[in-house]
Amino acid sequence: MTTSTPGAPAPAIDIHGLRKSFGSVRALDGLDLTVHAGEVAGFLGPNGAGKSTTIRVLLGLLRADAGSVRLLGGDPWADAVDLHRRLAYVPGDVSLWPNLTGGEAIDLLTRLRGPVDPRRKAEGLERFDLDPTKKARTLSKGNRQKVALVAAFASDVELLVLDEPTSGLDPLMEAVFTEYLRDLKAEGRSALLSSHILHEVEKVCDTVTIIRAGRSVESGTLAELRHLTRSTVDAVVVGDPGGIARVPGVHDVVAEPDRAGTRVRFDVDDDRMGAVLTALGSLGVHRFTATPPSLEELFMRHYGDVPAEGGRRPVQAAGAR
Amino acid sequence: MSATATAPRREVARPDAARDRVLHLTGTGPLLRFVLRRDRVRLGVWTGSVVGLHVYFVGALSALYTTAEERQSRAAIMDTPVSTIMGGPGYGLDDYTIGAMLSNELIGWVAIAMALLNVLGVVRNTRAEEESGRADLVRAGVVGRHAPAAAAFTAVVLADVVIGAGSAVVMIGGGLAVADSLAVGAATALVGVVFAAVGVVVAQLSATARGANGLGVAVLGAAYAARAAGDVQRAHGSWLSWTSPIGWAQQLRAFVDLRWWPLGLHLALAAVLLAVGVSLASRRDVAAGLVAPRPGPADAAPALRSPAALAWRQQRATLGWWTLGLGLMWTASGTYISGVEDMLAEVSRTNPDLLLLFGGRDQLVGGFIAVMVLFGMLLAAGYGIAAVLRARGEESAGRLEPVLALPVSRTRWLGAQLGVAALGTLVLALTTGATVWLGATLVGITDPDLGTYLGAVLAYVPGLAAYLGLTAALYAWAPRVAAPVPWALLALAFVVGVFGPLLDLPDAVAAVDPFHAVPRLPVEEASAGPLLALAAVGAALWALAFAGFRRRDLTGA
Repeated sequence: MTTSTPGAPAPAIDIHGLRKSFGSVRALDGLDLTVHAGEVAGFLGPNGAGKSTTIRVLLGLLRADAGSVRLLGGDPWADAVDLHRRLAYVPGDVSLWPNLTGGEAIDLLTRLRGPVDPRRKAEGLERFDLDPTKKARTLSKGNRQKVALVAAFASDVELLVLDEPTSGLDPLMEAVFTEYLRDLKAEGRSALLSSHILHEVEKVCDTVTIIRAGRSVESGTLAELRHLTRSTVDAVVVGDPGGIARVPGVHDVVAEPDRAGTRVRFDVDDDRMGAVLTALGSLGVHRFTATPPSLEELFMRHYGDVPAEGGRRPVQAAGAR
Repeated sequence: MSATATAPRREVARPDAARDRVLHLTGTGPLLRFVLRRDRVRLGVWTGSVVGLHVYFVGALSALYTTAEERQSRAAIMDTPVSTIMGGPGYGLDDYTIGAMLSNELIGWVAIAMALLNVLGVVRNTRAEEESGRADLVRAGVVGRHAPAAAAFTAVVLADVVIGAGSAVVMIGGGLAVADSLAVGAATALVGVVFAAVGVVVAQLSATARGANGLGVAVLGAAYAARAAGDVQRAHGSWLSWTSPIGWAQQLRAFVDLRWWPLGLHLALAAVLLAVGVSLASRRDVAAGLVAPRPGPADAAPALRSPAALAWRQQRATLGWWTLGLGLMWTASGTYISGVEDMLAEVSRTNPDLLLLFGGRDQLVGGFIAVMVLFGMLLAAGYGIAAVLRARGEESAGRLEPVLALPVSRTRWLGAQLGVAALGTLVLALTTGATVWLGATLVGITDPDLGTYLGAVLAYVPGLAAYLGLTAALYAWAPRVAAPVPWALLALAFVVGVFGPLLDLPDAVAAVDPFHAVPRLPVEEASAGPLLALAAVGAALWALAFAGFRRRDLTGA
């Protein structure tokens, strides 16, 4: 898939053809996902795509119906306890024991894994700006999220499993989270970061797997998926925008007359933005906006309503709408 | 929004909308419909059970007690302190008709059921909703401050009225006097209304639904104990009996010499409690309790490093309150044993033959102890079921998932939950035996000794293990029915324990009760057979629980 070579250490996560149904609802339908050791992997998909189900199978909380799942070289169901010594998990919606304080919950969660360095807890509390003396029942969603994040980052583990970990955090704290993840990558640890926000994943992830309706539809390095990170440009220019379409990396140009000149809309690969700005600059810009694509737009653009063939893996139509 | 857009809304508004706005009751109607829809099964089962109990009681008594002699022999049994505690003030014992039996023996138990239905029902739709955060969503709508409580209150009061009317119809249909039947039905409903108002008050005091329910049950316990103590002090009740809403229902003297006015006490108390509840509710924030939260420790105690320590931390406060409350209650009950001795002294002076009929002193005192212990064990089993069900609470609240994502095996976690639950149950069981003995000692009754009391308690340990094991096994294999099935079984055991001998229940029904096989020490001989069988059932259920919990998927948060 990416740069794995024979003899390299076992992947942190290796899933092939994973299936899981709840009654008549098929949550996962042949999902593939690989995270190599030392890699921070983004796990993208719209709500209900099966991200949390996949993670719960990885944690041994759900039993796979079919397919092979390897976690840190072991079986996530049978070897759950031993594997959990080597990983930390942050759910997207953290529930805490109402009569424990945030600090007590952090201590409990870290001690159950093994020896703890109190300095790392103190550092986490400081960086995330969390008051550890408040009872969990009085904490807001964002603060409960911080408790789980401090506990996870205070632990000395090989792999972090993060299920939409920044939901409820303000942008400042999201930045702290991103810093932590970069530190972790520098130390050679691995992480699986599930999200429905492409932008968040772009900042820190080496590779990205996109799933939809329980299947993987794209996976690769960010460079390989560059075509996904196209921005939409909407500009009004005085001159003739005919030359724009010839700039490499520009797609789907639409031009129409406007009171101030010509309104032009097009998509551009993010790494070609410089050339586009040069070209536009010579035309006399009245108005300019560039919007990064939302995941939903990506799906609309790349897969239409139903995921069709895309990426490097043929995918049959799945998940009726 | 423009004025033209709001104008039509005003025109279609109900005429009482202005009143609702002033009283902060806007939205009560839709909320009431929602509560009734949400709790339709729950309210239906309670209603059916209480009315059904009347059907069975009236029918069975009419069939069993056909002659005046049979009824008077029953009256003789009821004229003892134990029966007075379990029953009522003893009106009509000199001419113990079916109606008098119902008034003396059934009203107290129905009152307990009504109190539980109302307190739990109100708390469930008020404080529990606030605690979960769902109340924020509701209150952000066009909903007055008091509307959720008003809707919850009205819903249970509707059920109270249906139960009261249904019971009255059953009694009239069974051939009992119409006016007295209506009075008892009204009392049943009004005891419910009083405790619905209690529910409104306790929901304001505690920040948690668990705490509010605990306070409500404590009020019920106090009301019952006051009535029992008053009725033991004096035939037909002392002033203490008149401090209890349960006592007022029995003081109607229904089917003996009916008086209606005690029902006015119910109405007055309910009104006062509602006023208190409204006043408290107007002063506090949504989701806040009466006591503001204080900051706690930034670091956990060194011992908090295992699932067992966590489970203990979660359950210790509840266990402490139960131990204290039951300890006080059973100490008080133990002192009633002096009444048995007084009666013995009198009977042996006036009518030694009757004493022989009862089986002598050992049988009478032993019978008292056996009945106290049976009820203590039913309560301990209730604690045990609730404690085991905390495992389900942890799972559905999403707190189990992060723990199992740590190096904690499912067996270790479930073992911690069940171990702490079992320990708490055992503590309560032994507390029961020890405090009944303590109460007896306080009034100078030192024979039998403490060992006899504890022995009677220990005979129930296999039965208690079966209750806990059943709840745990259901939690592991069928979490959806883990709560209703054990509670239904415990309710059945209660009916068998209280009314079994009186109502001549079929053996097949009685045998379903795990406590049925337990010898009633010290009046019955201890026999190993049934206890071993019960212990084997308990052990099998525990094993089943661990086996099942290792296999299944966690249910979603």
